[in-house]
Amino acid sequence: MELVQMQKSLQDYTKSLFLEGVLDSQFLQLQQLQDESNPDFVSQVVTLFFQDSDRILNDLSLSLDQQVVDFKKVDPHVHQLKGSSSSIGAQRVKNACVVFRTFCEQQNVEGCHRCLQQVKQEYYLVKNRLETLFKLEQQIVASGGVIPAMELGF
Amino acid sequence: MASDGGVSCLRSSEMLNVGIGGMEPPPLDLDEVHVLAVDDSLVDRIVIERLLRITSCKVTAVDSGWRALELLGLDNEKASVELQRLKVDMIITDYCMPGMTGYELLKKIKESSSFRQVPVVIMSSENVLTRIDMCLEEGAEDFLLKPVKLADVKRLRNCLSGDVKLSNGNKRKLPEDSVTVVQASLPPPPPTPQPSLMTLSTDSSDSSPPLSPVEVFSSPLSSLGDDDVLTSSPECSPTPEESPIRRQKMGSPGLDQ
Repeated sequence: MELVQMQKSLQDYTKSLFLEGVLDSQFLQLQQLQDESNPDFVSQVVTLFFQDSDRILNDLSLSLDQQVVDFKKVDPHVHQLKGSSSSIGAQRVKNACVVFRTFCEQQNVEGCHRCLQQVKQEYYLVKNRLETLFKLEQQIVASGGVIPAMELGF
Repeated sequence: MASDGGVSCLRSSEMLNVGIGGMEPPPLDLDEVHVLAVDDSLVDRIVIERLLRITSCKVTAVDSGWRALELLGLDNEKASVELQRLKVDMIITDYCMPGMTGYELLKKIKESSSFRQVPVVIMSSENVLTRIDMCLEEGAEDFLLKPVKLADVKRLRNCLSGDVKLSNGNKRKLPEDSVTVVQASLPPPPPTPQPSLMTLSTDSSDSSPPLSPVEVFSSPLSSLGDDDVLTSSPECSPTPEESPIRRQKMGSPGLDQ
């Protein structure tokens, strides 16, 4: 595939993530922090987010599977995931966490289980999308091109 | 790069080496702003550190209030040893942290004679007016809503530039009792942004390797998963989002998205 085509694909792909609400403007903020001195900043932060989130989701699954659910343990995890997803612009994950916290507040186990599923779904979605995005970027860079700046005309 | 325990910072003792005994003083940038960032979230620490570095600040990032107090020499009762104290121009801390909240950290800083004049900025993901009021009343300089944006940090940086003047005298607003090389002591001026003295530069090529956060890990006291996480920080329990964003104290209101 030609370089120009790859760059266009990347732009279209990125744009679609914003239009679908998978990513929000905070992701653009992260991109602003990337430059020649820190060319992999975004993918590095996102990778940390993935590692952090995998751990949290695992802990949440364990906590909710207990005979007696300790919401004092569950809520801080959700709060943490809400915070980190918000910091990288993973909007749908963040929103799912907000709902999750209300069920924690109500100590509604059934509701929390449903929320966990929802959070996981959104998380795997954004993880998949971002991994694809980074692959597209790598292909462009490997072909000697530069990653085009996001056009914010939408 | 790191001197001890992975902490990278300017120490007062280094400042004392300037101009002593006829030696050529080492290059010392008294005008460089040093920020202590406190956040228990790794992702947020990385981001805030980058935000600060890109606005030309030196950064020390720690993951708990306890660690912050330790660095500041405020963690015990014995008289602080001047030479070991950290030189800090601003402290930016998350509000909701296990063990010690940002509010509690703020109080301890404002209670100390050596650091009470250091501006403390609180960050929180929750827009709770009572929380904001409480922090501002306790002496917080500003309150940032997370996720923190580049415009927020630039604004903070501009306000700090107003205190650090790029003149021959290298005058700066000083904490009362800190050790200093500069003989003249200025009465602290109000922190007005002075555009002509802005040293804003996006040149973050301070030869730091990509993503090399200065991480200082906390004592076990503040590890996540403590049973008393919620009870020790009652303010961090879920609160409904309130709509109006309070106008922030420093500088102009933050830019809208």
